[in-house]
This record gives sequence, C-alpha cells and structure tokens, in this order.
Amino acid sequence: MILRRIDKKQPSEFKFSKNNLSWAKKQIAKYPQDRQQSAVIPLLYRAQEQEGWVSKPAIEEIAKMLKMAPIRVYEVASFYFMFHLSPVGDKAHIQVCGTTPCMLRGSEKLVEICKKRISKKQKELSSDGKLSWEEVECIGACSNSPVVQVGSDYYEDLSEDSFVNLLDKLIDGNPEPGSRKKRFSSEPEGFFKSSKFKIEEKTNASVKLFLEMPFSTDRKK
Amino acid sequence: MLKEKDKIFSNLYGIKNRGIDSVISRGHWDNTAKFIKKGSSWIIDEVKKSGLRGRGGAGFPTGLKWSFMPKPNPDKPSYLVVNADESEPGTCKDREILRHEPHTLIEGCLIAGFSMGAHVAYIYVRGEYVRERESLQIAIDEAYSKGFLGKNAAKSGWKFDIYVHHGAGAYICGEETALLESLEGKKGMPRMKPPFPAMAGLYGCPTTVNNVESIAVVPTILRRGASWFSKFGRANNTGTKLFCLSGHVEKPCVVEEEMSIPLKELIEKYAGGVIGGWKNLKAIIPGGSSVPLLPAKLCNDALMDFDWLRENQSGLGTGAVIVMNSDTDIVKAIWRLSKFYNHESCGQCTPCREGTGWMMRIMNRLVTGDANLEEVENLLEITKQVEGHTICALGDAAAWPIQGLFRHFRHEIEDRIKNRITKNIAAE
Amino acid sequence: MENNLRKIIIDDQEVGVNPAMTILQACEHINKEIPRFCYHERLSIAGNCRMCLVEVVGGPPKPMASCALQVKDLRPGPNGEPPVIKTNSKMVKKAREGVMEFLLINHPLDCPICDQGGECDLQDQALAFGVDFSRYTEPKRAVLDVDLGPLVETHMTRCISCTRCVRFVTEVAGIPEMGQIGRGENSEITSYLGKTLKSELQGNIIDLCPVGALTSKPYAFTARPWELTKTNCIDIMDALGSNIRIDSKGKKIMRIIPRNHDGINEEWLSDKSRFIWDGLNKQRLDAPYIRNEAGKLKVSSWSEAFDVIVKKINKSSKILALAGDLVSVETLFSTKELIGNLGGRTECRIFNACIPPNDRALYAGTVPITAINDSEIIFIIGSNPRVESPVLNARIRSSWLKGAEVNLIGENSDLTYGYNHLGTNLIELDKIIKNKGKFYKNRKVLIILGQGIFCRTDGYEALEVVKKFKETLSAELISLHVAASRVGAMDLNFVSDRDYKSTVDWSDVIFNIGMDEYEIPDDKFVIYQGSHGDRGANRADVILPGCAFSEESGIFMNTEGRPQLSLKACEKIGNARENWSIIRALSEKLDCTLEYNNLDELRKKLFSEYPIFASLDEVKSNSWVKSTKFAKNCLKVDLKNIWSDHYLTNPIARSSNIMATLSKNNKEIYNEKVKS
Ligand SMILES: Cc1cc2nc3c(=O)[nH]c(=O)nc-3n(C[C@H](O)[C@H](O)[C@H](O)COP(=O)(O)O)c2cc1C
Ligand code: SF4
Ligand code: FES
Repeated sequence: MILRRIDKKQPSEFKFSKNNLSWAKKQIAKYPQDRQQSAVIPLLYRAQEQEGWVSKPAIEEIAKMLKMAPIRVYEVASFYFMFHLSPVGDKAHIQVCGTTPCMLRGSEKLVEICKKRISKKQKELSSDGKLSWEEVECIGACSNSPVVQVGSDYYEDLSEDSFVNLLDKLIDGNPEPGSRKKRFSSEPEGFFKSSKFKIEEKTNASVKLFLEMPFSTDRKK
Repeated sequence: MLKEKDKIFSNLYGIKNRGIDSVISRGHWDNTAKFIKKGSSWIIDEVKKSGLRGRGGAGFPTGLKWSFMPKPNPDKPSYLVVNADESEPGTCKDREILRHEPHTLIEGCLIAGFSMGAHVAYIYVRGEYVRERESLQIAIDEAYSKGFLGKNAAKSGWKFDIYVHHGAGAYICGEETALLESLEGKKGMPRMKPPFPAMAGLYGCPTTVNNVESIAVVPTILRRGASWFSKFGRANNTGTKLFCLSGHVEKPCVVEEEMSIPLKELIEKYAGGVIGGWKNLKAIIPGGSSVPLLPAKLCNDALMDFDWLRENQSGLGTGAVIVMNSDTDIVKAIWRLSKFYNHESCGQCTPCREGTGWMMRIMNRLVTGDANLEEVENLLEITKQVEGHTICALGDAAAWPIQGLFRHFRHEIEDRIKNRITKNIAAE
Repeated sequence: MENNLRKIIIDDQEVGVNPAMTILQACEHINKEIPRFCYHERLSIAGNCRMCLVEVVGGPPKPMASCALQVKDLRPGPNGEPPVIKTNSKMVKKAREGVMEFLLINHPLDCPICDQGGECDLQDQALAFGVDFSRYTEPKRAVLDVDLGPLVETHMTRCISCTRCVRFVTEVAGIPEMGQIGRGENSEITSYLGKTLKSELQGNIIDLCPVGALTSKPYAFTARPWELTKTNCIDIMDALGSNIRIDSKGKKIMRIIPRNHDGINEEWLSDKSRFIWDGLNKQRLDAPYIRNEAGKLKVSSWSEAFDVIVKKINKSSKILALAGDLVSVETLFSTKELIGNLGGRTECRIFNACIPPNDRALYAGTVPITAINDSEIIFIIGSNPRVESPVLNARIRSSWLKGAEVNLIGENSDLTYGYNHLGTNLIELDKIIKNKGKFYKNRKVLIILGQGIFCRTDGYEALEVVKKFKETLSAELISLHVAASRVGAMDLNFVSDRDYKSTVDWSDVIFNIGMDEYEIPDDKFVIYQGSHGDRGANRADVILPGCAFSEESGIFMNTEGRPQLSLKACEKIGNARENWSIIRALSEKLDCTLEYNNLDELRKKLFSEYPIFASLDEVKSNSWVKSTKFAKNCLKVDLKNIWSDHYLTNPIARSSNIMATLSKNNKEIYNEKVKS
C-alpha cells in the first residue's frame, strides 16, 4: 500500500460552486450548534465531485468553513481512501473491487485488463489522461461480483468481455450501471423469469437514480 | 423455506413500486403512532421478547441494548445512530434495505428512537453507496412530506428527525465508536470502552448504534408480534435474517430466510448450489470475512445461526456466506483477507498497526512460495499476539481468518511449502 | 474521605484508592511500575500503545489497558469481593512481549547513533519487558522526516505513533499544527504540509517523545546522557522561575531541560528557556576592562579596575546602583549594603516602572499561580502571557479548556485560547467598578496584572484602578513580571525614594549591575558588572566581569513571590568572578568591608534581615493594602505590552544564535500574516 500524499502540483484556489455552497450550508445545519466539524466528510466529498480530487486549497477552504485547523481536515482527507489527493482520469477512475468474494469470481482478470488498457500501476493516469484505476477493498456488492465502481455507480456481474466493453463506453460516454447479466438487483439469476412476480419498476433504485441524474452534483467537467 | 408472506422485506429486490403510496399500501407506516402510544417500555419489552439479536455482527440482544439508555436529559440529548457502513467483505444486505426498503428502516428509526428517548437519528451510510444514500434520502423526504417525520412524527406526538450522513471509504468506521468519531468529523479511530456509547456516545451524549437490519425489522416485529418473530429459528437465535451468498455458487444472491436454516439448504435452494456440485465444496466463510472458515466436512450439517456457528469455532457475523469450491487456492483466499485488514487497520494501536502488516507479509510469502515452516509457526503466534490486545475488534477480525486456515488447512500450507508451490499475487 | 476510597487487589496487595483513578495510577500508588509509552499524566489518554495491559480477573478474557480503565469501572466479584488486578501474570507478560515485539519490528535499531540512546523508553522497556530475539525478517518501514524548524529534529522512522507530540501541541501548546495523517501502518506524524511549528513551547515534544523520533536540533550528536553533569537550577529568562536542570560537560553547557514543579512549570519549559544556552558561551566578558583616554575599552587586571573605581567613588557621594533583570538576590543584597554604606541610592524599577514598595500583595500578588487552575473568570490586563511567560500561558489555556472565561484588556494578540477583548484601556474596568461587578458575583475571579500597567508614566494611577477593580470583584491577583530579579529586588527594597528619572539625574556615578535594557545619560560615570558584552558594557567606563546565572549559586524570587535556589552548574569563564564576591572585594578596597567571607555567611545575614528569602519554595500570603482614589485621566491611556521581540529580551538571549534564528522566523511569520 502506498502512502497517500497530497499532489505536489496544486491549484491556486478552490471555491465551491453556488449550488454546492448552498448545499454545503444545508449539510452543516444537520448537526447541532458548534458541531459543524461533523460535516467535514460530506464537504470534502462534494469538493472532490466538483474538482475530481481534493486539493490543498480545498482543504483550507473547508477548514475555514468548519472552523477547523487545516491539519485536522488533512488528517481526514488522508485517512479516508475515497478521497483522491491527486488528479484521476478525466473520463473515469475505475475502482475494481479485489477482496476475496470478488477475487473468487474473477476480479484478478479485471485488474489485468486495467493494467493492460489503462496503466501498469494503479492510480496512474492512462497515457491520454482519460482513465485511471485502482484496486479497492470490498465495496459491498458481493452477491453481484465482480464489481467495479465508477463515480457514484456500480457496474456489476462483470466478465472480461463486458468489462472491456465498459471501458470503451466510459471513454465515449456514460454507460448505464447495474448488472451485466441482466439481473434486476441481487436476486438469484433468472429468479423473476417465473411469472408469479409482477415487475412494477423498470430498474432497480440505483440504476433509476443514474438515469434520472447521472451527475447529481455540480462538476467542473 | 420462509414463505413469501413471512418476509419482512417483501420488496428486497425493488421490483415492486417503490413510491411512498405503494409502500403504504403494502402495510408500512400503518398506524405507527399506536406503538408509540404504548410507551417505550412496551416497545423494548416486545423487542426483547422477540429475541432479536443485533444483525451487525456481534449478535447482542437488541432490546437489552436499548434498555441501557439513560433517562432523557435536556442537556444531553439521546441519539440513535444507524450503522449503514456495511463494509464487511461478503456483506451486501443493508444495501438492499437502503435502496429498496428504506421505509422499513425509517419507520424503525422512529420507533427505536422514541423507545430510547431520542429525537434525532443519524444514518451513517458507507461512502461508496452513493445511489443508495440518494435513494434513502428520497424516502426520508417522502416521509417528511407525509408527516411521518418531523415535529409530530406520524401523529405520535413525538418529534423526530433523521439525517443521512456518509463516510468516505474506511471499513473501520463500521466499528461503532469509530463510526461516532467519523460522524463527529474526525478520523475513524475507535474509542476505548468504557465509557460505552449508551453513557457517552455521539458528542458525548447517550447513543445507541444499531445495524440497519436490526432497526428495519422492528416495525414488523411490533405489527406481527414478538411471538411471530421468535417462532423462526432455534431458541436464542430467532427471527428471519438476510443472508448474502457470494463466491463459488451458481447464482449469488441476497435472500431473507429463517434463522438456523441449514447452510446446505440455503446454498442449494437460493444460490443454485456450489459450482461443480456440493461435493466440489472446499470451505465456506459463514459470516463475512472476520469469522473463521468452515471446511466442507462441517458444512453438511451447519446451521446458520449464532450458536451453532460459535460452537463450531466460527460465527454468524453478518450472515454473509462466502463459498469456495475445490478450485480455490484457500491460502490465497485468506491472504487476500489479510491484505484487506492491513489496508483497513486504522493505525491507532500498536498490535493491529504493526501486526496486520506482518501477518500479511508472511501470508504473501506463503502464496508466492517463499515462506518456510518456521515462519508458519510464527504466523500463528502473531495472530495470538494481535487477538485480544487491541482497542477494537478489528485486530481479532484480522487474526481469526488465519487461525481458521491453520485449524482446518494446515496440511495444505505445509504441502505448499514443501513442494514450493508458487502463485502470483494481484495488483501492484 | 476514607469512605470514598475503593478497595482493589493488585497482585495480592489490597489497596484503597480513589475510584476516579485509573488502574495505572492505582498501581503507581503502590509503586508497581506499569510500562507505558502513550500515557502521559498531563495529556489526554490515548490508550494506543497497548504496553500497559493488565489482567482483570473475572473480566473479559483479554488484558485491559490500565492507563484508560478507571477503578470505578471495575466490577466486584459475585459476592462483592474487591476486584482483582494482576500485573505480572502469564497473560500480562505475554501481552507485553507481543506489544514490545510489534513496536520494534519497524523501529530502526540505530541506538548507537540515536540521541535518545541512554534515555529511551523503548530501549529501557525492551530490556525489561521484551524478548531477546527478533522474528521479523521483512525490510523495515522507512518514513520521511519532517522539517519542524530550528529546534526539533525529526527521525520519523523511529516514531512509534504514540501521539504524545500531537496531543501536546494541540492540548497544551494550543497550536493544532501537528497530526497523524494516512492510516494503518503507513500513518505518519507530521505538521500541516511540512510547516514549521509556531509555538513558544515546542521544545517540550522532545522530552515527551518516548523514542528518538523527536530530538533536539541544537543538542544533536553533542553528548550522551551518561557523560553529563546534571545540576538543578532556576530559569531566569522570564519571571516564572521554571525549574530546570542544566546538563554540562566540563565547562560547557550541553542542554537545559525542565524539572517537574507542579506549582510552577509542571514539567514544561519555554523554548527560550530551553535553547538559550548557546548564548551562555558567547559574547562573554572574561576580563575587567577600563575605558582609556582615547575612549576605547581595554583589558585590565582586577586591581587596576578597582583602583579606577575607588578613585572615582572617593570623589563622589552620588552613587546609584541599578539592578538588571537577571541578578540574584545575593548580588543585590550585597550591592545594597555596599551602596548604602557609601551613602548612595539603589533602584530596580528601571525606566519609570511604577511599583509601590511595601505593597507586596500588589507586586507579588495575592495567590500562587496555581490559582489559575480553578479560576472561573480571568482578566488579563496589560500583558501578552503567551510570550511573557509561555508556560504560565499554558496554565491559563488549560483553565480555559476546562471552561474558564478569559477577558483581555490591552493589545490584541493570539494567546492560543479564546478571550473577550474588553478594549485597550481601562475604561471597561471603570464601567465594571461602577456597576459594582454585578456580572461577576460569586464567581472565582482572577486578575493577571502585566507590565502594561506597571510600566507607564502614570502607572501609580493605573494601579489604583486595578486595585479598586480587584476589590469590587473580590478577585485574587497575580502580578506577571518579566524580569527574574524584579520581585526579589522589591522585597530587598532595592528602590530609591524618588522617581527613576530624578534619581538618575541626581547621580554622577552609576553602578550598573547587569542592566542592559535602557540607555544611561552621557554625563555619568558608569561601572558595569555583568556577564555579557551587551549594551550595558558598551556604555561602561569600567567593566567588572561577573558569572552568568549558570556559574554561581543564587536565589531568585519568582513572579508570585516564591524564593528558589539555583545551583552552580559549571565553571566560570576566564577572569570572571562570582557576582557577590566582586562586591565584597570592592567593599574592601573602599574601606567599608562587608562582614561576610563566603556565600553562606552572606545568606545568613540576608535571612536574618529579610526572613522571607529563607522560606525557600514557599509562597507567603500578603496582606492587601486598600486602594485610594484615582484620577480619571489614566483611564483613556492605551496599554502597551512590554516586549516587541520576546526572543531577544536580555543579554544572554541576544548572544544566542538560536534565539536570533527564532526571532527572524517569527518576524517572517508575522509579515506573512500581515500580508495575507
Ligand atoms: C472492525 C469492525 C467493523 C464493523 N463493521 C460493521 C458494519 O459495517 N456494519 C454494522 O452494522 N456493524 C459493524 N460492526 C459492528 C458494530 O461495531 C456494532 O456492533 C453494530 O453496529 C451494532 O449493531 P447491532 O447491535 O444492531 O448489531 C463492526 C465491528 C467491527 C469491530
Ligand atoms: S514522534 Fe515521538 S511523540 Fe510523536 S507520535 Fe512518534 S513516538 Fe510519539
Ligand atoms: S500507556 Fe496505556 S495504552 Fe499506552
């Protein structure tokens, strides 16, 4: 495991967009008075969604907003591994779950593909800067393994072919997440083929949210 | 086999209409105020009688836990905190509740919160579950718009608010005190106990932390009665339970079933059996990565409940069944868990910070064929130096899978060293 | 009281202890040593090193961290038997060995080249509790060092993540600039993005670090602890009287470290007090000097120097002795006797300082400084305690953390805690006096009175306002001086009966004992006695080289009026002499020989005339002198802090390269702040 350090190259400033700022204020209001520090993870995450990664100016801006010492915010940003402390792929950062349940169902092959198609080492940008990847620990979709996460979404029940196909689509656009085996969610495969179930929704809740708002927040790109 | 009508999570997979009106028509939020009017001790009693034990891993009796909360004090409000950090490898059940059955959880929060004198609940959802969190938030908004939450929640006279909070990638935040630290805006480093959260939890106030599933089953327990719930499963292991099946099964899935269901039945009925057939089974991990594995020979009669698995030196954990057939390199499968624990150790206390790395490195060499026999003895010894010496149970969780491996597959480890079998290890 | 004790059994020994104690404290209580790394009694409990594990019989089947477990949380046996703790069982031994082994696997075994060698907790405990073989065959972890500035050297690979340093700077020093980033085995102790620390107390993390991860930069590789001579001394860089130990090798001072004194400095020390020792070896006056006709100072012998002085003094009776900031009570006492015999005057209230003699409750305060601990409301008037007495400031901060309200009257500055700024002059005090202090009824109020009040031309007026204010609130009072010699000099009545300016005007010979802070008019003949070639020596006509405080024994009365004895730590330099003995020798030349031949005899006389100095380490209570009417025009005058650059406030500090660097960095930090 590599130590996570903040990138040497830093932007000169960070500002929340107008929408994100008013959203941030609402987050802070969720916590009792003088407990605004509680909002640090949500705010850092929103900053990352906006900019792609968490920069030093972002850390300092959030420290100011929450009346925290910058070191305390930096501690948090470096402790939680979803925070990227350096830029990731322009189009997509692919997080391949490598923990045992996914490994048993072939995640090592997905890692091989990443090495070949994106970059030899994880957390490095592909040569065109569009993609990057990393192996992450269990992301909690073990019954739909192997899984990868890109941004807010999970791509499930992957095979080598469907993963290669996914990578292509990620460069061009915004492929629909969910099971690559046409499962609705985590039911046993083929479970709903028998007619006694009436399927009232088109997709599961995660996919539905993707279709309604692929990006739920303000982003730079 | 659990009947469809006895399933608490009737829309677990989300195929039925998820809008609030449909949810209500399926019986949720049906006169919730009635339970609240019966008072807090009635609720706690009922939950105690149902025999519900925590679904987050440790299996602590839920009603008893609630009864530890002190009398309300205006200076120190009580909090209910729902643990939706679900990060135990193999576990993916709370995800389905959050996105497809959020109202069971929301209604459960109101009832549980009331019973412990809390006016506020925080639901801490793991950072990766972005869509699940959004889905839950939509349901909470709907509940507010219907008056189920807020000043006079569900017309019960009780003020109740629910806030969704999230993490950002740290397994340790599932440990209840680390979760509270994280919720306070700090690194997720477990606290020492005592004081226990019921005395000094979130912001130093009385707090109860419960797993999503533990809370979500409560409204149904009250609606259908404690005795209805307790008739499922064996004594002391009652109720229905969500099981997550993954690994070498034909059809991995999440299902709700009766507690104490035989493992074999669970795998064969729902997951289409072990890949290559039951005979091809090598071992299973019955309750998420932290519990020791069971070799195939014990799987034939295994019952999926707290007591049977504990008696057989494993545990029910979160009910996450990871199946491994004879194709599995069992050493490598456990090595990958060692890597997980090394990655997820918070680094606060010495035995875990240093021990997880050491254990992983010896496991590395076992996999690559560079280990020697002496080292293997050391490894077992190291697991015992970590176990029980740390602030939280992550140290134990890191030690047990390796101990399980030694208990049942020592011959394989030794064979491997003698025959210098080498394998690659992924990533990096 | 007895009833509140709780019985427990530790290794077959029954003890009754306060239930709020931790098991570790209870064990210490009966002299059972429990090994520990992260636990420190003056910091919050972290419980992270796991070295202090003990067995709780009948408890969970695993050992418990004794530093974090309170006696009250132990459960009695089934029939109410007292709980049983084992500190030596197999379980405990095993656990300790395990933890020790874990701590060592990634710790470099570079003891021979580590400055902590010989006083390293890890080394000691490895010997006592570890096993003598290593099973770890992996490469050890390497961690990048951090640049914390000119004082603290880092070797982060040695760090055992006990977080004492982080807790100290956050909790005690009040500058949350250090933290532990990352997680797991790759977590690192660091400052925010490698910034240097901005604290006057940072040197303490060197003492706190149980291993050699944080060491002293100036002391680096200069000595090993067992080669050092250790002497108990009193710090004189401010008026707090911090207890220190001076470690020397031969003639040279190698380092200064704090000694514990609960009433004064606990176990902390300010950076200035800790790191000025290079100034003790530089710019030293090592021989007498006489100014020749050409106006140049030339080395002379003692007798030549004395001859010039005798000639001058015999011609004049207008001799004035001025007391500097760093002078011991003995030196001042003998000076006062000599000058008195010669019909001269003495003055310690340099440059218009207004301190009423005989009002000891005002200049030495009404309570010891420990009163800060349990005050509910603190008024700081005319002071910046963060630089005037950093260690005392830490005490105020800790009181603030416990909920005390702090109010400041005077210049606004960052004190490391929150306060209400009640303006820069005394108008607000007057308002509170007028409304009879109604918001402060029945509260424990403490006034910390600084030099901003004493050192102004209308100081006596301003003091009456403060006195009235104190009476109105039934408050207690602490006077915060900055000169280590000031309170002692006041107790000796080392004052004249006129104000400073007219006393100086009156004189024609000035006997300057180490006073380097203010100019002396051109028309005076000046004899300078002191240790450093600083401002005072430059202005002198004759220079008499005296020992620095580290080279002679002496009593200092601290700001709360506590006399303390400082011992001689090392040999004098060149031709210099002990200060009292210079006065004694001069008295002989002047034919009014003082009647003591050694320091003991001097002290005997001192104690008989001024018994207060004999009660070493005691703070006597002082009776309050009631306030009188004050004129309103003093209310509008702005209070000014006394120091603009606290790293350079005396000749020793001005001779120190380390202080010069700190002063420069401090200005840069300041300028940066002004810019942004
Ligand atoms: C390392 C570690 C990780 C844990 N992760 C989770 C988790 O992800 N979800 C969960 O509900 N409980 C988790 N727990 C258990 C919690 O500490 C706690 O026991 C649980 O939330 C209590 O809820 P319950 O009584 O409803 O089971 C974890 C415990 C440990 C030691
Ligand atoms: S640097 Fe020293 S004091 Fe700080 S955490 Fe490391 S070992 Fe402890
Ligand atoms: S001294 Fe108790 S855990 Fe460190």
